Amino acid sequence: MDNEKAPPVETRRGFLTSFLAGITALLAGIIPPLAGLGVLLDPLRRKSTLGKPIRVTSLAALPADGIPRKFSVLTNRSDAWNRFRNVPIGAVYLRRTDETTVEAFNVACPHAGCFVDYRSDEKNYLCPCHNSRFNIDGSVQDPNSPSPRGLDSLVVEVKNGDEVWVQYQKFQAGHAEKHPAI
Amino acid sequence: MINWLDNRTGFKQLITEVLFERIPGGARWRYVWGSTLTFTFFVQVVTGIMLWMAYSPSAQTAWESVFYIQYEMSFGWLLRGVHHYTAQAMNILLVLHLLQVIIDGAYKAPREINFWFGIGLLNLVLALSLTGYLLPWDQKGYWATKVTTSIMAITPVIGPGLEKLVVGGAEYGHHTLTRFFAFHAGILPAAVVALIAGHIYLFRRHGITPKQPLKRPDAMFWPDQVLKDAVACLAVFAFILLFVVKGQILGDGHLGASLGAPAEPSEPYAAARPEWYFLFLFQFLKYFPGEKEIYGALVIPGAVMGFICLMPFIGRWRIGHAFNLLVMYGLLGGIAFLTVQAINEDRSKQDYILAVKAAEEAAERVKVLAMAPTGIPVNGAVTLLREDPLTQGPKLFAAHCASCHRYGGHDGQGHDIADEASAPDLEGFASRAWLTELLSPEHFASDKFFGKTKFADGKMAKFLNRKVSKFDDEEKAQLAKAIMALSAEAALPAQAEQDLADADQIAAGKDHLLDDIGCADCHEFHFEDEDATAPDLTGYGSREWLVKMISDPTQESHYGESNDRMPPFEPDGVLSAREIGLLADWLRGDWYAPEIADNQE
Repeated sequence: MDNEKAPPVETRRGFLTSFLAGITALLAGIIPPLAGLGVLLDPLRRKSTLGKPIRVTSLAALPADGIPRKFSVLTNRSDAWNRFRNVPIGAVYLRRTDETTVEAFNVACPHAGCFVDYRSDEKNYLCPCHNSRFNIDGSVQDPNSPSPRGLDSLVVEVKNGDEVWVQYQKFQAGHAEKHPAI
Repeated sequence: MINWLDNRTGFKQLITEVLFERIPGGARWRYVWGSTLTFTFFVQVVTGIMLWMAYSPSAQTAWESVFYIQYEMSFGWLLRGVHHYTAQAMNILLVLHLLQVIIDGAYKAPREINFWFGIGLLNLVLALSLTGYLLPWDQKGYWATKVTTSIMAITPVIGPGLEKLVVGGAEYGHHTLTRFFAFHAGILPAAVVALIAGHIYLFRRHGITPKQPLKRPDAMFWPDQVLKDAVACLAVFAFILLFVVKGQILGDGHLGASLGAPAEPSEPYAAARPEWYFLFLFQFLKYFPGEKEIYGALVIPGAVMGFICLMPFIGRWRIGHAFNLLVMYGLLGGIAFLTVQAINEDRSKQDYILAVKAAEEAAERVKVLAMAPTGIPVNGAVTLLREDPLTQGPKLFAAHCASCHRYGGHDGQGHDIADEASAPDLEGFASRAWLTELLSPEHFASDKFFGKTKFADGKMAKFLNRKVSKFDDEEKAQLAKAIMALSAEAALPAQAEQDLADADQIAAGKDHLLDDIGCADCHEFHFEDEDATAPDLTGYGSREWLVKMISDPTQESHYGESNDRMPPFEPDGVLSAREIGLLADWLRGDWYAPEIADNQE
């Protein structure tokens, strides 16, 4: 019995056969993963479509005293095979810095992406996840805050007198500098 | 027959090999952990496949199908509950197994490779937990997983690409679910099966590592150890069942695993937390400010895993083994400490407690809406909450109205406001009770109503003070009927039955309102009057009336030029028509409630 399982004696022909068997099996075996590679890596081709100005609200909705207000950002969105009209894709904090200028922050904490809360009693933003604190102008308040940078400011434009348009964007979490999410 | 089978398969020898393993020193309770783990994995495979039969991974069907499993399918709560709590049991059993292996020295040579298989299994089970957490696509899983994937993205160089591959694109969506599901139900379980096979094969090859000294004679795996293993498995399962039905025992009545509100990308979820067995990692991150995050998230956990893998080599020496044990206890102590710290911190955080409460209310509300006869729309359950006045009303009120108005003394969401109110409290707006209070001389100009507005000493206040305060009993009865009539204009759902029952008094009240009391001197009421100076009372408090009021209080039919400080919300684009409708419905108490729907049938 044991004898039958012993490897055959090395011969030149035997080596050639082993080599061919190995190569052929490898070629056959690699086909399925290769066939799926395109679909597996497809997400890498998908670029973020964010960055175009989106109308968020009007100046009248922003208190004159510079207290931030949170607004949902609504726009058309694609999700794989679906196209959605006017659905929420995220949220921003808006605050007036003077009569006609507005400051905008993405609500996502630059640490790990939780939504920060503005707290009117302490006039700061607090991240409910890891307790990062930010001043009303978005800068990091407490040096022990886990967040590596202040809240991500967004480009805002006031058009036609009172329409507030925001270039809504997302940024990579965890870095001291702001890199747009790819 | 059996011989015929054996002759062709040799199964008898296989069974003999499986069952008659010699156990030096006899069967022991301390050897049961591996078997309980195999058992729990088997439970997960079986319940997982059953769940698979009813689960649909897409952003519009994941939550919906899980909801259907949980609340509509026969014993779906049991199936989900067992799968959910067995996952947690596995994590506990894994730690116990690892601990037992290290204490008994079962990780030392020649068992290094088997120890690594075990560590590999530990990581696979953690990955299964992580991927499974997202699949119900509820707020809790969605936000917790977002944190995880954004931490993944800080990996140098490959991070952002890796995140995209895992998420299935630049944003969370359908492909996040299809990918997580493929990992959770396909790749990871296959890897677990392969490693378990290798693990058990190597275990049998090396034999058990008996705890010295041997107190009893050797025994066989069957039946002595099998009995102990089976008892342990049953005990584990009893525990799991206890957790599945704990809601019934503790009183909140929920059966099985919880299901939050459907994932809403624009809705912050301040109660986002990972599962309890990942809480220590969550808490650990708080200690790494700024760009040091990567140490807390990746470097240190990776180094610890690496060190554990090196334990078999360190454990060759007696002192090394002692060191390993010390490190293990230290790690577990640290994990326990961080977990308790995370829980305690949350318990003392008012914001967190409120967020959890709001999340529970949203989950409860969406359940009610999804169970309504209209069911879940094809756009998904998330639209149920987006279009629900009871859900959106308080948020809109807090954001846009509460700087002047109050609702029952608070901002609509139950938060107190430090600044004083400067406009009427709108809880119960247009109801009989609200109108009765409003139209009493002592309350009209109080801070609860028009006290802080210019109407505090306007015509209406004067009318109330000069005339209504001197009403005799008959006139008071007329006013009460007039209030009924005015309130009936609103056709509030909560008052529908009363309005119907009091039809005669309401009809009389209309006449009193027009002729006897003198409201029509200033107000219009089902007639045109170009000289009217006060808001039209036709349809007062109805949806149409309120929508007009919120859209633009300065229009002729409402306050016109005498409007105080209330801004118009529509023409300025502060609120959309949809949002104004939601606010009006909420103020009128007009939302879906099962009792009312049942009554109307």
